[in-house]
Amino acid sequence: MSLKSYVTSRVLLTIPMVFLLLTLVFVIIRVMPGDPALLHFERHVSPEVLAEFRRRLGLDLPIWQQYINYIAGLFRGDFGISMQDYSPIIQHLHARFPATLELSIYSGLFAVVFGVILGVISARKYDTTTDHSIRLLAIVTYAIPVFFLGMIFQIIFSVWLRILPSGLRFDPHYTPPPTITGLYTIDSLLTGNIWAFGISIRYLLLPSVTLGIILLGIFIRLTRTNMLETQQSDFVMSAKARGLSSFSITYRYSLKNAFLPILTMIGIQVAILLAGAVLTETTFSWPGLGTYLVDRIYHRDYTAIQGTVVFFAIMVAVVTLAVDILYAYFDPRIRL
Amino acid sequence: MIEVKNLVKYFPVQKGFMDALFTREKDFVKAVDDVSFKIEKGEIFGLAGESGSGKTTVGRLCVRLTPATSGEIIFEGQDITKIKGKQLRLLKRRLQITFQDPTSSLNPRMTIGNAIADALRLQNIGTRTEQRKQTEDALERVGLSPASAFYDRYPHQLSGGQRQRVIFARAFILRPAFVVTDEPVAMVDVSIRAQILNLMRDLQKELDLTYLYITHDLATARHICDRIGIMYLGKFFEIADSRAIYENALHPYTVGLMSAIPVPDPKAEKSEAIPTGEIPSPINPPPGCRFHPRCPRAFERCPKEEPELLLVEKNHWVACHLYSD
Amino acid sequence: MTNLLQIENLSVEYKTRRGIARAVDNVFLNLEENKTLGLAGESGCGKSTLGLSIMRLVPHPGRINEGKILFNLDESLIFEGGSVEKGQIDLMQLDDNQMRAIRGRKLAYIFQDPMTSLNPLIRIGDHFTEIIQAHEEDVKKDEAINRGEEILETLGILPERITDYPHQFSGGMRQRVMIGLGIALRPRLLIADEPTTALDVIVEAQILDELATLKKQFNLSMLLITHNLGVLAQTADDIAIMYTGRVMEIAKTESLFEDPKHPYTQCLLKAVPDVRKPDKTLAWIAGAPPDLIDPIPGCMFRPRCEFAMEICATQPPPLEKLDTGQRVACYLYTKGVSKK
Repeated sequence: MSLKSYVTSRVLLTIPMVFLLLTLVFVIIRVMPGDPALLHFERHVSPEVLAEFRRRLGLDLPIWQQYINYIAGLFRGDFGISMQDYSPIIQHLHARFPATLELSIYSGLFAVVFGVILGVISARKYDTTTDHSIRLLAIVTYAIPVFFLGMIFQIIFSVWLRILPSGLRFDPHYTPPPTITGLYTIDSLLTGNIWAFGISIRYLLLPSVTLGIILLGIFIRLTRTNMLETQQSDFVMSAKARGLSSFSITYRYSLKNAFLPILTMIGIQVAILLAGAVLTETTFSWPGLGTYLVDRIYHRDYTAIQGTVVFFAIMVAVVTLAVDILYAYFDPRIRL
Repeated sequence: MIEVKNLVKYFPVQKGFMDALFTREKDFVKAVDDVSFKIEKGEIFGLAGESGSGKTTVGRLCVRLTPATSGEIIFEGQDITKIKGKQLRLLKRRLQITFQDPTSSLNPRMTIGNAIADALRLQNIGTRTEQRKQTEDALERVGLSPASAFYDRYPHQLSGGQRQRVIFARAFILRPAFVVTDEPVAMVDVSIRAQILNLMRDLQKELDLTYLYITHDLATARHICDRIGIMYLGKFFEIADSRAIYENALHPYTVGLMSAIPVPDPKAEKSEAIPTGEIPSPINPPPGCRFHPRCPRAFERCPKEEPELLLVEKNHWVACHLYSD
Repeated sequence: MTNLLQIENLSVEYKTRRGIARAVDNVFLNLEENKTLGLAGESGCGKSTLGLSIMRLVPHPGRINEGKILFNLDESLIFEGGSVEKGQIDLMQLDDNQMRAIRGRKLAYIFQDPMTSLNPLIRIGDHFTEIIQAHEEDVKKDEAINRGEEILETLGILPERITDYPHQFSGGMRQRVMIGLGIALRPRLLIADEPTTALDVIVEAQILDELATLKKQFNLSMLLITHNLGVLAQTADDIAIMYTGRVMEIAKTESLFEDPKHPYTQCLLKAVPDVRKPDKTLAWIAGAPPDLIDPIPGCMFRPRCEFAMEICATQPPPLEKLDTGQRVACYLYTKGVSKK
């Protein structure tokens, strides 16, 4: 099978999967107990207001009609409208997504880079104190709750040392860089504004390190196990017997071959990363999709919750697809 | 005892989703491609060939471990390829198979006594005490004595040869009539191979068994088999009494196979030409005689026409155009 | 004849949870230039560990305890950050960089399983580039590939297949690639550990033939490690028989098969089937080798030996040279020992 036909078939297989996800989100929101409209208002409103409310949101239609509208809307990029002010949800997603993306990129990078480095060190120093300490670190970071770690960091760096801000994305006294990509670090560099870049990094540091540390453990353990496994493999033995340097064995053999499972794990971790992002954003008042989602949950804004969750689901599906394609590209055995 | 008629086993080749969507044609690994043979009661029938010859698949088909694509396997008067449900479970008592690697065939966390008694439990035979008694008898019978000393041991506490004995005890405790043994001595050290082979012979006499002995090692097969069939790419090339295979091999492939076996005698004459190349893929076997691209004696008829397995001497079947007329 | 390789008093131990296992115990061996020494024995006898010790690649938790591995280096090697002088050197005294310069260049090793011995993510050509550039830093990639193609052609593989990945090759071809990588830098000594065990008998015969041709063509000396005495009968000049980490007998191939001295060798030969002698009755050796973690005093073969005497339980018998030329570690041949 060629790479091209693998990619095509993988893309085609993603379509029913996404479809299933969308349906699932729709169903879960509908089977939750209570009438969304009543729950939204919390206190008594007149039947006329309620009827008008239902009509504008399309909640007065039969379920199957709602479903068709929902799916058809998604195809047009329409994620529905908010119960709060009837504003299109896509506007909110569009405004908030860059913040979440920026946080995810930096924390993901942190986790992968440090996870792989520590994993490699741990494997090379197998069964020494260094190895044991790194493994302990991996277990601790994996077990620790995000908000707890976030609060500890806030206390240390913002309250005691007063060197880093305890929340938000940018200093409220200054204007953030103009939107090009929506990522402050990139936009500030693109406009040559080093000052703004410095500020955005300062604000990014705590949340991305917090979320990064949570994901770190998995990458350490995965790298370590796979490195050890390839190090004991026959082909590494025979590479040693051919007199290859230990550097080239570590990087061209062990790490390259351990990279494939790490890549797969990155795909799986995206879901956990997004879930972690929700908690991290709340802890640090980070104005991303996570805080938006939590805020909408507080307001029992069912349409907005549905739209945001669908957006998350599509993100995960797309990244998983990308990872699978990359895997096929790197592993010659898949391209038969 | 067991008669195989036109047995066929094709495995579909895994293909991409797209290819499956847009092409009707499927590729198959033709693991067993229309073979027929008979094994007499009390006989040890050897099935020899290289990897990819289909010998293991034939063995698995004979004990219903894999369903056949087509063809019949007549055992005790009925075609076992069609049996289902409870009858199949009862049938499986009569048919047993042992695999090559005694270590991976045993659960490392189960004592060998339990591993053997498990076969009885699965078939709901006897009470707990009866099961224990029968298991100990089986251990004694395969030479692991005293049985009580072995019953509670774990596989890693045994040597390779002892583990192979456990495998036999487990296969024979259900009193089968027909046993397929897949390379029983391949993982066993040379110094105890003969001992295991003798054990197999003794068990055969005691329990009135019939064996299908699958092997790649023709040098050892002589010491246990009454008759030997040579397979290549899913086909039988030659079936004859053991003696005839060793002293009067007719098919050029059999001759090549024999000459390739290293002889433990430094003064032995260098063997004649060893066949060139390797066994081709069973997905698209060569047309005509499947061996013709590697055969030193191939002639114009070989690529065109597939030779039939014919009786050319007493009890000696060959599928080769050299002996066709 | 000069000795290319001379092993003196070599011992290797594995530290396991249950205790220490002496996998190679006080071994002495000589390998002459341009000869093939066969190293035979059953599973667990230490033959592979011995082979890996020569490369100094005994896997964790194994360790070479003592001994000398003297190797006759035909030219001085200079590499980035060091050098090795020519002449007789003790491999045990080299540092990691010196050892690495010798591995692959002067000593080549072929492993048993060709299916897992090549990196599945690296093309055959890159395997060649790697080994060549690891030892000859100034060789360009193109030149390395050209050399790889030439070697593949010698081994009967189409040179254009150098761009293939390992999984596109059959088992026999992969083992040919392994051999090709082994001889790429014209080493002096080729250690082959069960090179044909994973292969079918016809391919085995082909590869053994090719190894014999290459050995002549490149003036190689060979250490052939195998459990298959039939393979050694056809290829080896001398054979050493190992049991429980010790060398039991070393002899010329003909005399080993015609007149085996050690009781273990005798039993082993009686157990080996011979396709040319279908009527041979196969014998076996009752029992199993003793546990290496809990060794018995004296000769390790004693519990399975029909000639065992009192003295056999005292000290391990030394390997002694007989008048007929064989070296045997057995009290039956020690002068002045009463044979009761």
